[in-house]
Amino acid sequence: MTSTSIDLRGDPKRLRRERRVRATFLLASVLSIAVSVGIVLSLIGGAVDFITKVELSQLWANGWFPRRGRFDLRTIVVHTLLISAVAMVVAAPLGLGAAIYLSEYASSRVRRILKPTLEILAGIPSVVIGFFALTFVTPQIMARIWSSTEVFNLGAAGIGVGILIIPLVASVSEDALSAVPDPLRAASYGLGAKKWHTTVRVVLPAAISGVVASMILAISRAIGETMVVAIAAGAAGGSLLTLNVTEGGQTMTGAMASLAIGSDQVAGDNAAFQSLFFVGLLLFVFTLILNIVSERVVRRYRQRY
Amino acid sequence: MALPTTADVVATNLKRRGFDLAGTALSAVLLVMLLASLGILVTLLVDVFTGGIEVISDRGWSFVTDPLSPTPEKAGVIQGIIGSIALTVIVVIVAFPIGVGAAIYLEEYARDTRLTRFITANIRNLAGVPSIVYGLLGLAVFVKLASGLTGGRTVLAGGLTLAVLVLPIMIITASEALRAVPDALRQASMGVGATKWETIRHQVIPVALPAILTGTVLTIARAFGESAPLLLAGAVLSSFFASAEGVSFVERFTQEKYTALPIIVFNWARQPQEEFRALTAAAIIVLLALLLVVNAAAIVLRDRFERA
Repeated sequence: MTSTSIDLRGDPKRLRRERRVRATFLLASVLSIAVSVGIVLSLIGGAVDFITKVELSQLWANGWFPRRGRFDLRTIVVHTLLISAVAMVVAAPLGLGAAIYLSEYASSRVRRILKPTLEILAGIPSVVIGFFALTFVTPQIMARIWSSTEVFNLGAAGIGVGILIIPLVASVSEDALSAVPDPLRAASYGLGAKKWHTTVRVVLPAAISGVVASMILAISRAIGETMVVAIAAGAAGGSLLTLNVTEGGQTMTGAMASLAIGSDQVAGDNAAFQSLFFVGLLLFVFTLILNIVSERVVRRYRQRY
Repeated sequence: MALPTTADVVATNLKRRGFDLAGTALSAVLLVMLLASLGILVTLLVDVFTGGIEVISDRGWSFVTDPLSPTPEKAGVIQGIIGSIALTVIVVIVAFPIGVGAAIYLEEYARDTRLTRFITANIRNLAGVPSIVYGLLGLAVFVKLASGLTGGRTVLAGGLTLAVLVLPIMIITASEALRAVPDALRQASMGVGATKWETIRHQVIPVALPAILTGTVLTIARAFGESAPLLLAGAVLSSFFASAEGVSFVERFTQEKYTALPIIVFNWARQPQEEFRALTAAAIIVLLALLLVVNAAAIVLRDRFERA
């Protein structure tokens, strides 16, 4: 063993490489900010073009008919909310019910089989669910309840979107329920409470922030879902405002999809093409707000154990 | 107080004997909810398979290998399969290195600064942006602004759009994989004199790699089924003929029109003719079969990971 002093700073070449590697990785992560900036700039750029081209009175006109220069925002926003409401009526009870069963009632063997099965549903592409909504939900469910149901209707699209977001509600809620520590359950049983009482009065309230967050995320996802609506809700050319779920109607995402399909034809001559960016900006703001709210809910109401 | 306290209920419950109706009812209702969710999945798969299996069994492989056509009897999906695979390759080439690189920075290098927190919050928000909004980004940036590079409405523009779409998810899954690597490994490596990068390169990445790869494959599966952004980023809806001979491999990516399997499903689902309904179902079977292959790859990776 020699006792001469060793230069612990190491080889300068090695240190230079260290700095280079670090800078490369920093660049990669800063790129994600560039993506956000890119999204915001392209949306705002197109939206400003739209606002300058269109007569502002047409944003509150009778129906959404971009080819005729009528851009009634109420129509597409209300239809979007209507579809999201139908979707939540389907997804909230089914998703939460499945989550509670998996977390509180299912044996570990049952959970090992059923949870991945539910994940398969999450992996089905939305075009497939759109096709299912059009060819199964409309004739087998909607038309049986209301015989006047049109081929393309908001109700089937809403149910389709609901099917799409069941796994989201189920998995986020299940995570929240499973995160409730077992001593809480044990304490409840120790006081003599029954299983269902423990579930409803102890576990569910303890996990409420995660459950609420899952619902808000699901609404955000439903508002932004495109393909199910584009296939099943119809009204590709535009529509009037309706609150009737048996009729077709244009939504924010549906309007964007139909403009995209025909965007070659309309490019340039009127504001229809630019309206794509305006609606996109609106959609971006809506979903961003919902996502931030859901994050806040989790942070503020999370109980610390 | 409107609701009885837990202690009250417990007391009455202890006094009561016999069948617990409410408890049984609740568990039954919950089970029904779960089974209904799974029943929807089964119904969907059965509906698609019964609708499409006839086309597949009648036409056999020619349905898979034929090009698109406005005549239902001749229409096949080969262009969609090629397009989807080309898109996937671009997504992997672009999003994998950037995603893993960003994750390494955030997990291994970054201190808890304001910039770091901003980047992480930004990535979380990006993951929640609707896919069609990424389509607008693709249209504005990759199709229009960078048309000199991508050639406009080409598979390169579409692939880059999807790569940007999956980037946040890629970063999040890779970060989770890196976080799962025990710190003792890093300390031991640094303790014997390795630099940060040598530690990451030789200790952290080998341990985290299976999880990173599993996450990557699942992310690819998501990109494979995605169609809304491609509608905006220039995928072709109707049938088309790929340009003739004399086109180099590189030019294929920057000059030719392209479509993808989910886009074909979307387009056929909109056709009014009855024949297209069976064709759509058949195309969905092909799409789901390919997704099954991708997911099986993820399961194989996960199994190898767990055994190690």
